[in-house]
Amino acid sequence: MTDPAAPNPRVNADHPPVGRGERFREFWYYFSVNRGAVIGVFVFSLLVLVAIFAPWIAPHSPTQQFRDALLVPPPWIEGGRAEFLFGTDAVGRDILSRLIHGARYSLLIGAIVVTLSLSTGIMFGLLAGYARGWVDTVLMRLMDLILAFPSLLLALVLVAILGPGLVNTMIAIALVLQPHFTRLTRSAVLAEVNREYVTSARVAGAGHMRLMFRTILPNCLAPLIVQATLSFSTAILDAAALGFLGLGAQPPTPEWGTMLAEARQFILRAWWVVTFPGLAILITVLSINLVGDGLRDALDPKLKRS
Amino acid sequence: MPLLEIRNLSVAFDTSAGLFHAVDGIDISVESREVLAIVGESGSGKSVAMLATMGLLPETATVKADVMRFEGRDMLAMSPQERGKIIGKDISMIFQEPVASLNPCFTVGFQIEEVLRRHLGLRGRDAHKRAIELLELVGIPDPVSRLKSFPHQMSGGQCQRVMIAIAIACKPKLLIADEPTTALDVTIQKQILDLLVSLQIEHGMGLILITHDMGVVAETADRVIVQYKGHKMEEADVLSLFENPQSRYTKALLSALPENAVGDRLPTVADYDFEAEIR
Amino acid sequence: MVRFLFHRLLLILPTFIGITIVAFAFVRVLPGDPVLLIAGERGVTPERYQDLMQQFGYDRPIWVQYFDYLAGIFQGDFGTSISTKRPVIQDFLTLFPATIELSLCAITFAVALGVPMGIIAAVKRGTWFDQTLMGTALVGYSMPIFWLGLLLIILFSGILGWTPVSGRISLMYYFPAVTGFMTIDSLLSGQEGAFTSALSHLILPTITLGTIPLAVVARQTRSAMLEVLGEDYVRTARAKGMPTRRVIGLHALRNALIPVITTIGLQIGVMMAGAILTETIFSWPGVGKWMIDAIGRRDYPVVQAGLLLIALVVMTVNLIVDVLYGLINPRIRHQ
Repeated sequence: MTDPAAPNPRVNADHPPVGRGERFREFWYYFSVNRGAVIGVFVFSLLVLVAIFAPWIAPHSPTQQFRDALLVPPPWIEGGRAEFLFGTDAVGRDILSRLIHGARYSLLIGAIVVTLSLSTGIMFGLLAGYARGWVDTVLMRLMDLILAFPSLLLALVLVAILGPGLVNTMIAIALVLQPHFTRLTRSAVLAEVNREYVTSARVAGAGHMRLMFRTILPNCLAPLIVQATLSFSTAILDAAALGFLGLGAQPPTPEWGTMLAEARQFILRAWWVVTFPGLAILITVLSINLVGDGLRDALDPKLKRS
Repeated sequence: MPLLEIRNLSVAFDTSAGLFHAVDGIDISVESREVLAIVGESGSGKSVAMLATMGLLPETATVKADVMRFEGRDMLAMSPQERGKIIGKDISMIFQEPVASLNPCFTVGFQIEEVLRRHLGLRGRDAHKRAIELLELVGIPDPVSRLKSFPHQMSGGQCQRVMIAIAIACKPKLLIADEPTTALDVTIQKQILDLLVSLQIEHGMGLILITHDMGVVAETADRVIVQYKGHKMEEADVLSLFENPQSRYTKALLSALPENAVGDRLPTVADYDFEAEIR
Repeated sequence: MVRFLFHRLLLILPTFIGITIVAFAFVRVLPGDPVLLIAGERGVTPERYQDLMQQFGYDRPIWVQYFDYLAGIFQGDFGTSISTKRPVIQDFLTLFPATIELSLCAITFAVALGVPMGIIAAVKRGTWFDQTLMGTALVGYSMPIFWLGLLLIILFSGILGWTPVSGRISLMYYFPAVTGFMTIDSLLSGQEGAFTSALSHLILPTITLGTIPLAVVARQTRSAMLEVLGEDYVRTARAKGMPTRRVIGLHALRNALIPVITTIGLQIGVMMAGAILTETIFSWPGVGKWMIDAIGRRDYPVVQAGLLLIALVVMTVNLIVDVLYGLINPRIRHQ
């Protein structure tokens, strides 16, 4: 605000990008100022590693039922056993192993949903913003329509009609998250399309495809990256919610939301079957949102402190 | 006893790059019924000194002064509550951006009557009547209906008139005008300046005019302080300043006036180097 | 003002038509033959099939069917539930007050806590208080509320035994529904302890449903406040000698509330989805649980009408918020 002497690195960023390395360094400077974001990146990386190496890390198979160990509490509680670090569920499966394998599902859901909705969103957005006219009108009306429904409700009904399951869950969630990407891309394209650098590319004889994907798109990536991060966490959360309602991944898949649904009837008897899966969801979503906040602060010039 | 007396004022901002001294060891004093102009380029710290006096700087600012007295009362030692009883009443201030300076969510009437209630205890019909008088005083036509207007429904010049009405509402002893005409059209600038000067004479106020416009200074001020990079370069009464400027910076400022242009190029202050003159 | 209202109403017309088309399409266009769906697992003979096709009008062009559907909606005909055989609208209207009651409590909870939290965080920007508050808000924002609800039950109902686990009121009490709001009806009934019972049943669902809106409102209020506090008119208010409380609580807040109101409006849609989860956890007899039960029973007319009705409610609330936005923001009103 009243800070006349503060160095102002944005001055550089207002000029055409200098070089990839330089840009990344500036980005990292702003990103790493945010301690939460760095913690988020760290936790998220850890989760990715856990997901990748799940079969080697997990002490047991996620589906193996220990008939002699039903609802065994964690070892620090009386009656707990050291081999089941987070206890076991009602049919004697090791909760920790199921959580570790569940990380694969959650991260995969996030990744696939974001890929789906991001790619279609970019296509639609570029098309709408670049073509204008009736294409634009039809596409954007359609997006408004999807946004008129509460997203989880729409996904829920979609899955109910398509049939419960992991694949349909991902399709439904991708569909309800996709309009955000279309809108963002379109508005970014509209802002960019009349800039000098686009005109000069056009004058230089760049084709439509090249203009759309090579010239305009890279310059509206920042808001898309932020939105993709936020959608990643929303997708995980919504998929878990659908799983909890019995419409997402079906048992015995060790998906965290589905695990919670199975555990519901034991909540007053065995708190651990409920606590740990939810904690896993919370930590995952929180770490991604921390990264998202950091990205937004680092990438969005409007919010950058001047 | 001067109306406002400031000695050795320093204001430093705590920034990520360390302390930044916006104002460094400045003395300012104003008598009642006097028009003092503080001149300098943008960034010379001319507003900061006045904002410090009003207690309007953000918390990142450290204000130090040997003396900061208004009518003999120590402004530095004052609690925010005590200061709140003086500013807006005995000292008031108007700013550079009149439209942004008025709250977009409240009517003009509300924003005027609020001061009347706060400092004079006027309410209801009394406040309303006084608000109409004030708008008439600052030359706004049809004041009764104007009171119900929102700032965005008025022009920049009218908004500045409203700001002036708010500032003089409690018959202040000192009015600080921080670049009051910079954001306005040239034709309006003159009207607002004339209004300020006539109000100053009528009410017998002290007026501090912060500006970068030497033309404005020549027209209105009794005495001038020239400021550069947080330091005072020169202080003189207006005639001697224009006729016999002492510091090289002042000379540069004056030579940058359009009527003093030599040849086809107008000199700017950036053509000179004054660093050596800062003590 | 009238023109402003009219303009807003015009704007939601396409949304309304779109919502009805989507709801219509869900049962008529998407995979799955509607007649077979209605017939259920027993199946039908070809003659009976033709009969049903005619009876439901499925043999006519699709746009005729749509206009029929639309005409039905305007007459209050939202279809008939397969399982209860009652008009869907009737069940909806019986259950909806429970959802409204819960949602109102949750949004009040979110605004009453979130706005002050956001203001204080903004005023004390950068302090440990601000950082703790915003950290907590991000946790709340990331919260799987179906899990939070279960945890609350474990803690407050299981371990502490303070609150009931499910339902809207203890089974001890019975009185006719007058308003449909249990808290009000319990007071009207005059039965001792009924109101307290209704209230104690509301606490955990309110917290569960209100957590995400609370986090969003707190974050939004903080950032809106931060922006507004740097505005010139806030400096003017201070230059007028106004007390800090008035500068922040009136001059700044009034402006900061404009984006916050929009956020609160957007939260209504989120809450309708959250209500589905919350009502399921706490066996709260509202429209959210009704939808889930209908999905479980494959009662598609209910699912279809529920989707339509909830979307219409959200649309209406958004319209109200939009008008409110115009009322609070003079710059919009006078356009």
